[in-house]
Amino acid sequence: MKQRLITVANATAVFAGLLLIWQLVLWVFHVPPYMLPSPVAVSRVAINRSSSLLASLSITALESAGGLIASIIVGVVIALVFAQFRWVRRTLYPYTILLQTVPIVAVAPLILMWIGGGTPAVAFIAFVISLAPIIANTTQGLISVEENLVHLFLMHNASPAQILFKLRLPYAVPSLFVGIRIASGIAVIGAITGELYAGSSRVGAGGLGYSILYASSQLQTDYLFALVAAATVLGFAFFFLVMFFEWYFLHRWHESARAPETA
Amino acid sequence: MMPPQIDFSNVSKGYGNSGMVLQGLDLKIQKGEFVTLIGPSGCGKSTVLKLIAGLTPPTEGTIKVNGMAPRDARETVSFIFQDATLLPWRPVEQNVGLGLELDGINKAQRREKTEALLRLVGLEKVANFYPRELSGGMKMRVSIARALATSPKLLLMDEPFAALDEMSRDRLNEELLRLKAEQGWTGVFVTHSVEEAVFLSSEIIVLATHPGRIHKVFAIDLPFPRTVTLRETAEFGALVAKVSHILRGAIAQ
Repeated sequence: MKQRLITVANATAVFAGLLLIWQLVLWVFHVPPYMLPSPVAVSRVAINRSSSLLASLSITALESAGGLIASIIVGVVIALVFAQFRWVRRTLYPYTILLQTVPIVAVAPLILMWIGGGTPAVAFIAFVISLAPIIANTTQGLISVEENLVHLFLMHNASPAQILFKLRLPYAVPSLFVGIRIASGIAVIGAITGELYAGSSRVGAGGLGYSILYASSQLQTDYLFALVAAATVLGFAFFFLVMFFEWYFLHRWHESARAPETA
Repeated sequence: MMPPQIDFSNVSKGYGNSGMVLQGLDLKIQKGEFVTLIGPSGCGKSTVLKLIAGLTPPTEGTIKVNGMAPRDARETVSFIFQDATLLPWRPVEQNVGLGLELDGINKAQRREKTEALLRLVGLEKVANFYPRELSGGMKMRVSIARALATSPKLLLMDEPFAALDEMSRDRLNEELLRLKAEQGWTGVFVTHSVEEAVFLSSEIIVLATHPGRIHKVFAIDLPFPRTVTLRETAEFGALVAKVSHILRGAIAQ
């Protein structure tokens, strides 16, 4: 416990130090506020415009979460099919890698052109970008079950469905969480990227990506900083939420998910 | 005389093009025996168990278990692996009940049966523990309880105690014989340890290698029940020496 307090104190000190350097740079080099606003100015605008900041944040959070949840559901189903049919896996697995290597920045405008703008389209982009790590990690978990465990099930004349759902799927849950952890970060990035193109029907009603674009065009650099900070916090929140679920589901039985004290 | 419970006639097994792992095996195991397969690494001991279980088909020859093809006989056969092979996400009780669950036995009956088995192997206190909270010896007890839950007539054991310390191994050896006496299954056991083989078996089959084949069948005429003190007798020591000698002969070939 004491160890953890020290860790938290250190991290806080580093953060405070960075803010101090930031402020010092402004004083020493006389940087104009439209180039680099002061930490105080950023905090002030974040408070003054908190309602629109929160509105943008919640739109992006909704899009990212929607995309992530959809990618978990679809990704697990695809992985189950891959695990069950080797020939399907052999044929289609390379395309999941393609999904990962395709530059989302280039594809986002296409997707928007095809299915129109707005929240569903942005969520779809988040879904596309976070699908690959879910499929890859879950498939790996499903197919790496120990041979003897499969033999054990076969000795009881278990059906393919029983082997899949009572053995392979629970066995793959830790790998699934590795995939979700990776996907949670890039789902947020995907949503913000999508918003850069999706625009918004009304001024001020867009997500973080749209608002970043708007603030930048208006030279509202202090608000731009607040938006970037909000985006970072959102990514962080997603990551910790996933960590919490991982701990909740795995800590009783899985070696890697023991109480953090032992880590 | 009753037909043998396990009947291999002229069985050979090869994997791919790498030659035969087992060649021309004629093997008969009678009901109620405790037979141990021992031999140098690569002699195909574990393959024999997999053939009996129907987990792999023979390349040549025929195998009958209880007069049936091995796959059809599985209902009355249990397998204990070298690792405890427990499902880490299930507490002990649900691991023991796995076979019953896959066989479609309802929850109430499952509970009754697993409780009885946990008492039998002395694990009733850890019924709700997860495998990672157990010692190696306890995990193996859970594995044994799980194998016995489906009331097998034949128990196949592939070096189940190889990873345990000597104390736990000796205790489990004795317990295994007690369970066999109570339940009357037939045992086929694979081990590297001559002492363990002599202690457990009514018959030891020494296998030779390249290709795997039967080198010698050796009956152990020590009376049952056997207890730990048996290990201290001169008779036991003499038998261990004799089997070790035969084993050296099998390796030298």
